[in-house]
Parts: sequence; C-alpha cells; structure tokens
Amino acid sequence: MTGESRTIVGVDVGGTFTDVFWLDERTGRFGIGKVPSVRDDIASGFLRGISASVAEPERIGSVVHGTTVGTNALLERKAARTGLIVTRGFRDVLEMRRRDRPNTWGLWGSYRPVVTRDLSIEVDERVLADGTIRKPVDADEVTRAALALLERGCEALGIVFINAYANDANERAALEAVRGIWPNAYVNASSLILPEIREFERASTTALNVCLQPIFGAYLEGVEAGFETRGIDAELLIVQSNGGVMSVDTARTLPVRTTLSGPAAGVIAGARIAEAAGFANVITCDMGGTSFDVALVAEGRSAYSLQAAIDFGLVVRSPMIEITTIGAGGGSIATVDRGGYLTVGPESAGADPGPACYGRGNDRPTVTDANLVLGRIDPDRPIGEGLDRLDLDAAAAAIGEHVGKPLGLEATPAAEAIVKVAISNMAGAIRLVSIERGYDPKIFAAMPFGGGGALHVGALIREVGLASALIPRFPGVTSALGCVIADMRHDFIHTINRPLDELDVGALDAEMAETAGRGLALLRRSGASLDRLDVAFELDMSYIGQTHTVPVPLPARLADGATDVSAGMIRTAFDAAYDKTYGRLLDGIGVRLLSLRTVVIGIRPKFDLGVLGPAKDATIEAARTGSRRVWWEGGWHETAIYDRIALPVDAAIRGPAILEQDDATTFIDPGLHATVDRLGNVIVRPDGTA
Amino acid sequence: MSAANLDPVTLAVIRGRLEQLVDEMDATLFRAAFSPVIAEARDGSHGVYDADGETVAMGKQGLPVFIGAMSYATKAAIARANADGGPKDGDLYLLNDPYVGATHLNDIKIVKPIFRGEKLFCYLASVGHWLDVGGNVPGNYNPTATDIMQEGVRIPPVKFADRGVVNRDIVDILLANGRLPGSNYGDLNAQLGALDLGTARLHDLLDSFGDDTVSTAMEEISRRASRQMRALISELPDGTYSFEDHIDNDGRGDEPLKVALDLTIDGETLTLDFSRSAPACAGPLNVSRATTIAASFVALKHIFHEVPTSGGCLEPIEFVIPEGSILAAEPPAPVSGYTENIMRTIDVIFGALARAAPERANAACFATVNALLMSGSRDNGSKFILFTFFGGGLGGNPEGDGLSHGNAPIGMANIPPTEILEAAYPACVTNWGLRQDSGGPGRNRGGLGAVYEFELMADEADLVVFGERARFPAFGILGGDHGAPNRIVYQQEDGEHSPVKTGKLSGVVLRKGQRVRIESPGGGGYGPVEDRPVEAIARDLALGLVSAEAAERDYRVRVADDGSVERRLA
Repeated sequence: MTGESRTIVGVDVGGTFTDVFWLDERTGRFGIGKVPSVRDDIASGFLRGISASVAEPERIGSVVHGTTVGTNALLERKAARTGLIVTRGFRDVLEMRRRDRPNTWGLWGSYRPVVTRDLSIEVDERVLADGTIRKPVDADEVTRAALALLERGCEALGIVFINAYANDANERAALEAVRGIWPNAYVNASSLILPEIREFERASTTALNVCLQPIFGAYLEGVEAGFETRGIDAELLIVQSNGGVMSVDTARTLPVRTTLSGPAAGVIAGARIAEAAGFANVITCDMGGTSFDVALVAEGRSAYSLQAAIDFGLVVRSPMIEITTIGAGGGSIATVDRGGYLTVGPESAGADPGPACYGRGNDRPTVTDANLVLGRIDPDRPIGEGLDRLDLDAAAAAIGEHVGKPLGLEATPAAEAIVKVAISNMAGAIRLVSIERGYDPKIFAAMPFGGGGALHVGALIREVGLASALIPRFPGVTSALGCVIADMRHDFIHTINRPLDELDVGALDAEMAETAGRGLALLRRSGASLDRLDVAFELDMSYIGQTHTVPVPLPARLADGATDVSAGMIRTAFDAAYDKTYGRLLDGIGVRLLSLRTVVIGIRPKFDLGVLGPAKDATIEAARTGSRRVWWEGGWHETAIYDRIALPVDAAIRGPAILEQDDATTFIDPGLHATVDRLGNVIVRPDGTA
Repeated sequence: MSAANLDPVTLAVIRGRLEQLVDEMDATLFRAAFSPVIAEARDGSHGVYDADGETVAMGKQGLPVFIGAMSYATKAAIARANADGGPKDGDLYLLNDPYVGATHLNDIKIVKPIFRGEKLFCYLASVGHWLDVGGNVPGNYNPTATDIMQEGVRIPPVKFADRGVVNRDIVDILLANGRLPGSNYGDLNAQLGALDLGTARLHDLLDSFGDDTVSTAMEEISRRASRQMRALISELPDGTYSFEDHIDNDGRGDEPLKVALDLTIDGETLTLDFSRSAPACAGPLNVSRATTIAASFVALKHIFHEVPTSGGCLEPIEFVIPEGSILAAEPPAPVSGYTENIMRTIDVIFGALARAAPERANAACFATVNALLMSGSRDNGSKFILFTFFGGGLGGNPEGDGLSHGNAPIGMANIPPTEILEAAYPACVTNWGLRQDSGGPGRNRGGLGAVYEFELMADEADLVVFGERARFPAFGILGGDHGAPNRIVYQQEDGEHSPVKTGKLSGVVLRKGQRVRIESPGGGGYGPVEDRPVEAIARDLALGLVSAEAAERDYRVRVADDGSVERRLA
C-alpha cells in the first residue's frame, strides 16, 4: 500500500478515557473520539476507540499510540516477576536507593521495589572507575545465578554491574551467558539501556525496563492481533516520553521510554499548533481530573528533563519532555485548614468517586463543583461518556459546608474563592517553568488543553502576566493529535567523565560519528516514512568540583563519518551555556565533560492543520446558542453561549462569554476578547491588546 | 492596611508566592554549588525574614534545621547592621558564628536587607555548608576538638558588601582559610546567585500586590501559624511527659551525655524543659541554644506536618534550656558535631510525644550522620578529601515498618552513588548493602541500616569517622525493641579493629588495600513483637532482612527448615 495516501490515527490511552484523532490524508476528512478506557484489557479499549471513531478502518495506514500501560503496571506493581544479577557486594542497589524518604516532613512511608530482594543475586566480578577490569566475570557462575532465578519464577532478567558505563565487557559476557539459557528475549544489561554513571539510577532504569518488557510485548501482540481480525493493515508506532515516536520493535526492547508517552504527545501537539498559528513561545497547560501538567515551548522547542520518578524510588533516567505536575485538576478537593487557609489539592476525588456533582459518594467540594456552581459548566453537558447530568445542588451543598461555613461566605462566593486559589496554584506551576528558567512570561501564550484547561485560561494569563492564550481546536483530544504529529526520535548517552584539557578529542569525534550512525540506521530500519533525518549533540559539563552539570548544545556537524568537534568549540559552548544558566562565569577553574548525548530525529511528513479549520459558510449568528447566568466578579451576569466549532474564521467575541464543544468548555473572562484564526484556534487577549 | 481588610484569597496567594520564591532560591544554590554537601546532600537553605528577623517563609528542599536557625543568624546580622548605623540598600552581611547564628562553622550564612525606596522592607538569607573552613581536620568534623579554634575559622557578622560592592578583602580572607578555595569560591557565587534571584522575585511580588498588602500578609501569616500551632497542641492530652536518651560520649572522654526532656502540655501551650540534660562537654558534641530551638521545631514539624514554616509556630512554645548545658553552649565550646547532638534532641521529643499521642509518633531513627573522612594523596601527588555521610533505618510507626536506608530527620540529603565516589577518589567500594537484623523488632519493625565498606586504592590516607548511636541504639516505642547499634570496623596490618570510642575514630592511617566498614544503625520498633503477624516475619526471612536466629530470638518464633514460621507459646 506504499505510495498511497491513507488514514493516520493517533490514540492516547489515559486512565479514564481513550482519545482518538484520525485524519484521511487523501480526502482531508478527520474525526475525534473519546471512549472509556478498559482498565483490565487496555488493548481492547484501544481497539474499540479506533472502531468507534474511524470511518473506514481498512484505509488506516498507520496508528501512532501514546500509552500509560507501562506507568500503570509499575504503579500497581503488576509488572513481570524479574530477577537481577549484580556485582558482589551490591545486592541492595535498588533497596538502598540514594538514601531518601517519601516526604520532607513526617518519617513514615515505605518503598516497594519492582525487584524483590530475594530475586537479586550477586556474582564475582568487578570493573573499576577507570574501566580497568579488576575481576573478570565467570560465565558459569552467571549461568547458575540465572538458572536459580528461573527456578524462582522469574520471567525477565536484568544485569547491573558496577562501573559498567566505563567498561561493559563483564556485562556483555554475562548477557551472552544468560542468553544461552534464558527461555525468552526479556534479558537486558544496564550498559545497553543507560551507559551512564550513577549505579542506582542505571539499575532502576534497567530493572523497570526489563520488568515491563513482557507486559509491553503482550500488549503490543494484543493490539496487532486486533488489527488483524479487524482487517487493519497498519504500521504501529509508539510515542516516547521524549516526544518522539519509535517502532514497535524498539518499544519491545525499551518500554521504559514510554512512561510519559501521552502527556509528551500533548506537548508535541501544542508546539506544532502554536507554530502553525504563528506563536513561537507557548506554555502548555493540561488540566485533567487530578493534575495540572505544565510544559514550556520556547522558540518552538520543548524543554527536556533527564529523569523522573514514577513512584517513590522508581526512577527512570531517560530524556523526557519536561512536564511539571501539580495536584490541581478538576477533582482537586478544597478545604479550610486549622490556620483558616483555604487550600485546593493536592488531595483529589479523581474520576471515581469524582466531584460531589457526580453523585458517586464524594461530598467534599472540588474545582469542578465550583465551576458548576459559578455557571461556567453546563450541568446538562458533562464531558465524555458515563454521566447524563451533573448535580448542581450537591456541588453547592459541598461548597457551603466545607468552605463557605468556615470562611463565613455564601456558597457562590466560596466557589469563586476555590477557583481563585486553584488558579493561584496553577499560576505557581507556570512561573516555575517560565520565570524560574529566566523566561519573561510576557512573551508566552498559554495553551490550555485537557477537559478543564480552557475554563481557567483567562484568569491564568492575567495572574501570570502572559500575553495571550491559544486554545486549540480540540482541547480534549490534543494528546491524540500529538501522536499523529510527532517525529521519530532516539536518544543516546555515554559517560566520558574527563577534564576538558585531558580529553581525547579524536576519540570523542569517533564516538559521536559512530553513535549518530547507529541512530540513523535505526531510523532507516523503522520503515516509517520520513522526510528528513537530523542529528544533534549535547554535552553534560560542569566546572571541575561541581557535581551538577549544565547541558551544553554542541554546534558540531556530521559529514562523511566524522564531525568538526574541537576543544575550542566545546569551551566556547560551555561558557555560553553556563552564563545563560547562572548569569556568571568562574575564572581560573577548569571544566569537565561528564557525558555525551546524541539525538537523532526522523522528521515525519506534516499534514496541514488547516483541514481542522472552520467551515466556509459558518457565521457567528448561527454559532450563538443562547445565554445563561454566570457568576463573575462577585455577581451574576447573563452571559452569551456559543457553539465553538460553529464559529467562523475571524469571529470576534468579547468576554464574558462561554464557548462549548463536546470535549471542553472555554470561559472568556470579562475584560478579555477572543478571535478565531484560520485553523480554528481561539486566541484570547486582554482588551486593549491585539 | 489592616488584617481585617485582607481577603483570605489574597493572603493564600501571597503565602504561596513567598514559598515559591524561597524554593527557587534553594534550587539555584543546589544546582550551582561545588560542595557535594550542598549539591548532593542539600545542606543549605533560604528564607524570607521580617524586619525583626522572624521567619516568614523557608524553602522546602533545604535542610530543615535551618528553618529555626536562620532566624537567629538574621537577627545577629541585624544587630551588627544597627551598630553600623543601620542596613543600607545593597548591603550584605556574612557570618558563620554558631553561638549567635546556630549550627556549625561550615555553614556560611549571608543576610541581605531588602529595601523599597528608602525604606527597609524585610531580609533574605542564604546558608550553605562549605566543604572546608580550616581547623585541624579537613572537612571540620573533628571528633577530638576541645575548642572552636580547632574546628575552623569563625566569622562574626561582618559587612560583606557595602551598597552593592562586595568587600574583596573578606573574600580573600575566606578563601585563604579553607583547604579547597576553588570549591568555596564556587559556593559563595552560588549563594550570591540565589540571593540575586530571590531579590528580583520579591520585588516582583511587592510590585504586583503593593508593599502594604504584603506586609500585612506577612504579619497575618505569623499570627495564623501561632493559632494553628495552638490548635494542634490543644488536641493533645494535658500532662507532663518525660523522656531521656544519651549521646555515646563527647569524643574526648567516654562518659555518656544525657539529653533529657520534660514535655508539658497545658491547654494550648507547650513547654520543652531540657533542664535535666548534661552540662557542656569538652568535645564537639555541644550546640548553641539557637540550634536546640531549631532542632525542636524540626521534631515538632515531623509530627505536625501541617504547621507552616513561620516564626509564629514557636509563639505558644516555652523553652527551658539551662545555660552552660550541652544544649546551650557558649564560646569557645566546640560544636562541629552538632548534627549528632540535635538528632538526640529530636528523638527525645518523639519519645515524649509517643507517650502523649502514640498514634502520631514513630520510634527513634538511626540518628547519626556517620561523617567519614579519608584524606591523602593520589598516585600523581594531588590531594584528595573523601567526605561523605551515610544513611540508616527509620523508626517503625503506626502505619507500617520503618523505611530502610532512609535519610536523617534533619535533612533530605541524598547519598552520592558508589560510582561518583569511585570516579572522584582513590577508593573501591567492596560492599554497599542492607544490614541484616539491624531493624528494631516490633509489631512494626524498624527500618534496616546499611553496610558500607571502602578499600583504599592510594598508598595511605588519614581516616576520621564521626558517628553516634554505637552504644545507645535507636529506641523502640510502645513495647517495640531497639535497633542495632552503629559499628565501625577498620583494618590494620594486625587485623580488624573497632574504635575504642565506639562510633568515633581519628588518628588512624589506612594503607593501600586496607578497608574501613560502617555498619549503620537500624530504626527502633513500634509496638510489641507479639503483635507482629507471622506472615510479616516469614516475609522478612524470605527476603533476608531478618535471619532465622534473630527471628527465633527476637520475635520468639520457631523457624522450620522450609522457612515457615510459627509462634512459640509463651
């Protein structure tokens, strides 16, 4: 079927809903869908999402998938029974973590590793920090350990030796020995997954990866089998936490790279939509039931973080789109504490039992209850399947009892106070990703998505001092759209750990060229259609004596199997990066190169977002559906309601107004005005600005 | 404006902004610092203080003990500034004097007055633990110090910058008085960077809300903290609850040093009376009165998490700390081991409160930093100082077993990984594992301590260890048993030795191939062992956390060859 334009489908499986976005590249037809996720059989929810949403499944050419399968399996400790073979003396590398505790205040709490202590076996071997082999590994001893782990019921196996980042010979020898007797492909070595210094982070990433391999393998098999029975002949691609997609084969061996898959796809969509709409700088704000996720896109680029913890002590070290999460979702609970402070979250009613207005047994007020009481949400139009209407009286009673009474307020002003405090928390998260990194909020637009983001965006841009808000056409399925948009990407890291003046630049050059070549080969092998291949290098560097590094982008170019890297280029790049981060340089102190990072990106064909835009015959009059009473600035006001999807290009609406659509509700605060661009995005600005 | 006009939402927002600002200052210091004690162990902190030096807000990621301590440092700087004719915009004051500013000499504190126009508004302060500030032991954890002169250079509050111009002479004196001037210079710059950032953020906040509103909010935050603390105290049953524990010795002699508390709850007020504690000691296990108050706040906040980090929380609490005691030392008593002392203060507060409110308490934790210091020359002649702290078991608690290999209650410090240590120093780690049988037996077992063993790869190195709880292990509560005590073992040509002063070691030279091993303490148990389910005991056996012998002895069970467990009849 190559050469023929076909349908591309993005599917984002979340905890509550499975979202679908599809586009027929030949006809320009597209559609969205939102079906409940199936908790115990995620593949079936995934397949139902496609069947229920896509018009002609047999025309599907590719399916790109964002998934929380791995994250959920880890959180619930339902991953495969896994063993570790480790260096003598280091059986407890996971158990001991980096010496920490779950909370700053309070000494309670426990740790549940993914590999229990009885499934970690030591063998004699030792590599020193400079790569010298102090003791070679004995293949027979490794084989005996592996057999013992099989006997104890292990399905997957990881090998983690100390200093394997500096010399992987012992790990490779052990891996070879194990592969000879292990009954499946679920074995891996830490130097293959993360050849980076710091044994706990490497061991944790390795253990989480191998224990997910069987789960992920079975899940992907289920999806592929479902494709077959439905007559779908499509390539399947998986979104990684770094926002790039990978082939199914890579996903089977590196499932740990999918932990933030869905949220990362949302940020990718945000960046692309912003670019198409002419916005270089946006802050994406994804508000779901329990959390508010914020990410920064500056000059079209997302910020990255190098690791994340999925749960206490479950550390994944792998580049991922930096997403700052705070407990401020629609289900976040409002309380008044002993000091008389109104607080919102992080405790959440989640999706089940959900807000008080769901009538499922929670009687404490949430942000969604407050929005309902204020008239910003229509009780007769809840988002997604499952509820017919929302219980306004229950919401008002919950707010009156738990917030109004202690603060001496009626239920409605109390609801307004809840929203204000929630917005203040969200604003804090936005400041954290912008101002803290030295970015001036005035040059950013907020891009809200998820079910609740667009409700609060007006207040948010005022509170933080953002220039405007850009509300995408389909806020509720943005992550699924991001799956369709994302490029292919692979990240590599290797720890070098040398002072710059002792660095063998020739060897570095050779390694850069070799790693980039390996990555490009992986892209070419994927079979995905790619317009262009890009390579980028970055070094982790510091002054000698510092333990934290700054990322230093290296302007080196790859040509004919070599690069133009030089010591001078490295030093200049370091000074620029350090000065940008800390606003000062330190004279007379040498610099050190800790690790080399290599990124290869395969640019996938782009579709024109214009196909999503408003119909040519749309009119603002036809989009006006009525009005209702909405509370703002201390009183009730009759407020216009519009059908958002029916609004024409260039429609101009003055706040206050409410825009409704199936997957989200937008509130335009008084003092703000909205316009519709050619892509169907709604752009909100303070009055007096354009 | 008055507090009555301040709406609750504005108040909550201003409080949130202040907390975000100090968190950002913390993050900036930790990322840019050179001292691994700051960068990895997060031994630093930032706060906002009102014009009188009372705490308004403190960062969450820093060392909790600084929350109380930095208020004293700020007040000492204010006193000095007033003697100079009052602070000016752009001035900075710097100090490390533990008698007026709490903690120990490594903690360099910088205090900055914030002006709005001509008027002083408040203060910002930064503190970080520099790796070396002179004295006769690298790293300054000298277990045999007899006065503060041996612990490093002592700096009273001095004017470090005058209207924006840093006094280069003071910088030169500071750098000349440490063994690692480059590291100290880097840390100084990191602290100054954090203060610059905090200043900019604070002005943003004042510009958006107005000085009067923020000022009123600061007063209200303190008033509410006091009200909240009173409400929490009033929930506890009135009475006097006593508890005592001991510091092993002072590093010089070998006499135990008592830390005793009589805690009285009377309605909404709390009295912490430490009168029965030991007099000041000859060695470095003393702390100043300011440090003891700061440590008490840490203990209370572990039990009452919801109390905000505001000076107002201390309002309903009366401290009785006799002058000249080990908890209120005066110059020139040595204080470098302050961490060991304050963790005993924290544990006795846990112990006393367990009697008042067992549902909120936990058993004692490992409570020693076990500072290890190996210093010498590499094969190429360059000097090295390997300096690190270790972890141990936390106490059993009403919710479950104590966490194994946790960090100490005074900090959120992480331990550097083996590979970072091996890459930086001529040492090979030969063991890094949990310590079997170290958790205190109980219905909810104490967390396990750990075993860390280092082999020296250089020709020779001076070895110093500063640890505690080798003789007085972490106690259990409500019938739970104590955890295993701390144990230090080192090799010499004639075999293995343990230090005579139990957890403290100095004057030892380690040669190439010889090893030193720290077996850190476990946490205490919570509740009687008879109440521990046999399934939990069997699981501990299967995981190797408890040996069969220890299970039979401590839990009074019979362990069959197949690992099954049955309770022995009494």
